[in-house]
Amino acid sequence: MADASIPPEPLVVPESGPSVLRQLARRKLALLGLLIIVICVGGAMFARWLAPFDPYEQFFDGLTIEGAPLPPNEAFWFGTDLLGRDLFSRILYGAQTSLVIGLVANGVALLIGTLVGVTAGYFRGVIGAVLMRFTDLMMAFPALLLAICLAAIFSPSLWIVAMVIAFVNWVQTARVIFTQASSLAERDYIAAERTLGAGHGRILFKHILPHLIPTLIVWGTLGISTTVLLEATLSFLGIGVQPPMPSWGNIIFENQTYFQSAPWLVFIPGAAILLLALAFNLVGDALRDILDPTQQGRD
Amino acid sequence: MTAAMLSPVLESTADVVLSVRDLQVSARSDQGLIPLVDGLSFDLHRGETLAIAGESGSGKSITSLACMGLLPAPAVRVTGGSIRFGETELTTLPEKKMQAMRGARIAMIFQEPMTALNPVMSIGRQLIEAIRAHESLSVSQARGRALESIRAVRLSQPEKRLEQYPHELSGGMRQRVMIAMAIALRPAVLIADEPTTALDVTVQREVLDLLRDLQEELGTAVILITHDMGVVAEMADRVIVMRKGKMVEAANTVDLFDAPQEQYTRDLLAAVPRIGAGASRPEPETRDVLVRYDDVSVNFPIRKGLLGRVAARVHAVEHVSLEIFRGETLSLVGESGCGKSTMAKALVGLVPHAGRIEINGQAMGDLDSAGRKAIRRDLQIVFQDPMAALDARMTVGELIREPLVIHGIGTPAEQKARVRELLDRVEMSPSVYNRYPHQFSGGQRQRICIARALALKPKLIVCDESVAALDVSIQAKVLDLLRDLQKESGVTYLFISHDMAVVENISDRVAVMYLGQIVEMATREQLFGNPQHPYTRRLLEAVPVPDPRRERATGLRMAGEIPSPVWKIGERPKRVKLMDIGDGHLVGHYALDNDEGKISTIGG
Repeated sequence: MADASIPPEPLVVPESGPSVLRQLARRKLALLGLLIIVICVGGAMFARWLAPFDPYEQFFDGLTIEGAPLPPNEAFWFGTDLLGRDLFSRILYGAQTSLVIGLVANGVALLIGTLVGVTAGYFRGVIGAVLMRFTDLMMAFPALLLAICLAAIFSPSLWIVAMVIAFVNWVQTARVIFTQASSLAERDYIAAERTLGAGHGRILFKHILPHLIPTLIVWGTLGISTTVLLEATLSFLGIGVQPPMPSWGNIIFENQTYFQSAPWLVFIPGAAILLLALAFNLVGDALRDILDPTQQGRD
Repeated sequence: MTAAMLSPVLESTADVVLSVRDLQVSARSDQGLIPLVDGLSFDLHRGETLAIAGESGSGKSITSLACMGLLPAPAVRVTGGSIRFGETELTTLPEKKMQAMRGARIAMIFQEPMTALNPVMSIGRQLIEAIRAHESLSVSQARGRALESIRAVRLSQPEKRLEQYPHELSGGMRQRVMIAMAIALRPAVLIADEPTTALDVTVQREVLDLLRDLQEELGTAVILITHDMGVVAEMADRVIVMRKGKMVEAANTVDLFDAPQEQYTRDLLAAVPRIGAGASRPEPETRDVLVRYDDVSVNFPIRKGLLGRVAARVHAVEHVSLEIFRGETLSLVGESGCGKSTMAKALVGLVPHAGRIEINGQAMGDLDSAGRKAIRRDLQIVFQDPMAALDARMTVGELIREPLVIHGIGTPAEQKARVRELLDRVEMSPSVYNRYPHQFSGGQRQRICIARALALKPKLIVCDESVAALDVSIQAKVLDLLRDLQKESGVTYLFISHDMAVVENISDRVAVMYLGQIVEMATREQLFGNPQHPYTRRLLEAVPVPDPRRERATGLRMAGEIPSPVWKIGERPKRVKLMDIGDGHLVGHYALDNDEGKISTIGG
């Protein structure tokens, strides 16, 4: 084992590697995920021009003679809902709500969770104990009940709902991040940094947070479907996004009683949520690999 | 290869129990099959001990797993050759039949006894279950067998041991339980994979003695996998030296140590640190105190109950006073839990301590944060596991540059130039700047850690078991590097180690720690030439000597466990008083308590 000698292959590692985007473009699955995300975001942003119909209009010919919703057909691509409204238009407009919930509410939840988890895990002591006991308390409290209380206090609007969901959802992230941060804080390399004279800020931002990225990506992508569905539950209980404003979640809940006779009303918005979560998952996975330098020169 | 060439290994005798021929083990990867073991052949005879020695990556452990049929398939599997146990071919044996073999005919002892035992089952149940898996015995019969084997490994109070759980036993006792399990069914072959590597040196001595005795009693053939040539010399009848999956040399132990045939074996033996081989060094002219420990204690509270009341304290360091002189190497030796690492952590401010530690006449506690930061520049630490001590997400260059950035020394261009200089100094190419730690071997990573420690031109470097995790040949090179650096820059080392041979190799002065206190402190010549404290002697006697001709000390067998440093509130260990017996050779007052084999200390 030639210890001091350097592995013979020439070093071609450039000062800065190819950009993250270019590396992302090399992965087919990640590209697919990115495409789905772009379609969803584009659909939401340009819903006004893309939607063939008004999402609130109840069409007379949108129902059968018996008053049942129409299955997908030429006029109504995704069929119509119970009230004879065009499902495709509602999905497009619903994307606006669901993306805000899935990205903003989820992002805020992630932020709070990371802040609490890292602070408690790294600093420990009284602050850590207090923060984690509070997290435990929040966990023990039924999330839905809490959300109902909060939503009842504030008058429901999209942004309030997003904040309520964020406030209910950060606890799991905090728990997971706490465990990881406290184990990272015990590692030798953190002790080594401290003996070098590094301050808390430097250790936290340069040596602990980057190691949490993989976990955050996984939790972030998992959180998308959780938050979108929680919003649907709230809508169903009448404290979420208020009807007739559509969201993917409340489309499912509005129509779930007709699941037997009109399955597309549940399947199509369900598939939309699934696709969005899957897309973020694919991109997240790829990002995690690209951002992890220990993967370089492996596999 | 003909059989004649391998004559010491392939003697054709009738009592061959295990016969390996041209064994090939390969790992599957993207580049195709990578050979891990390549063309290994040997015979194992009844009642002998065959050592397979080699450094990490030599394929020695893979060989033992192949014999047990425990290769991590499908990634790693036997791709050629044969392993015959008596008349049975093991490489093609179906898993069901292999299960019957395992434990009953071929047993194995692993390195880490804690992970190899089930933590939620009592020792007795685990033993009884293992026995009943192979032989149709009633529970009470199996229990009898279990007791018998617990007695055979000389555990005290065998009935009580059966009721205990693994965490209630010490490391040495757990390894005895593992051995008891392995021999319970009287296997013909016992494979011991680094059986004592995780143990302290005095405990290693006990386990090695036990293994040798058991082998004499039972006539079991033993394959001993080890990296430690000292263990080889003491235990083995024959040795196979392996390197990168290939057999380098096979010989009788005495012949191998007397006249190694291959260059690699010669290098390996030359790299083994030996007690008595350290070159004496000139005494420094000035005795200028750099670090002073004054009555330093470190306690860790053990909290219990709902309210987290402090129920007991671990007295990791107890009222230690010592001085480290500028430019010297002071070693702290002792076994795990003796407080030697805690001493170092207290010095660099990683654990709070009572008492006073002065560096250059200043105590950390007296300074403000800027002063503390400044003092940190003078103190650096090199840890045991270099992979753990390096942030895996940073490049080598950034890592070494980190201390310069933290202390704001120089412009970025100057810092980078300094990093290249440092890399060069630790004999690494400056072109590795943009690589990541995981792309290097253990020795190279330790060089990176040393380069980082050097970046601030410290006055003192703490080496906390810095070479313990490295292979001997690399260990020797890193020790050479440390010595050269000291010669050049006059840096002081506080060298923490459990390995007496390494300590003898590098130190000017040595302090022996036992249960948080220093029991003997002297120059290297004094300590190794005239050890006074019984614990020091015990440590020295326990070190396996890489010389197979050396008479093994008979008669006095060491037994007994080191007492725990945990004390209830209000109780504390007795103080050791150091007395000068001449020329600065300090020895602790002691008394030897023979009944329990424990060393207890009494105040002077």
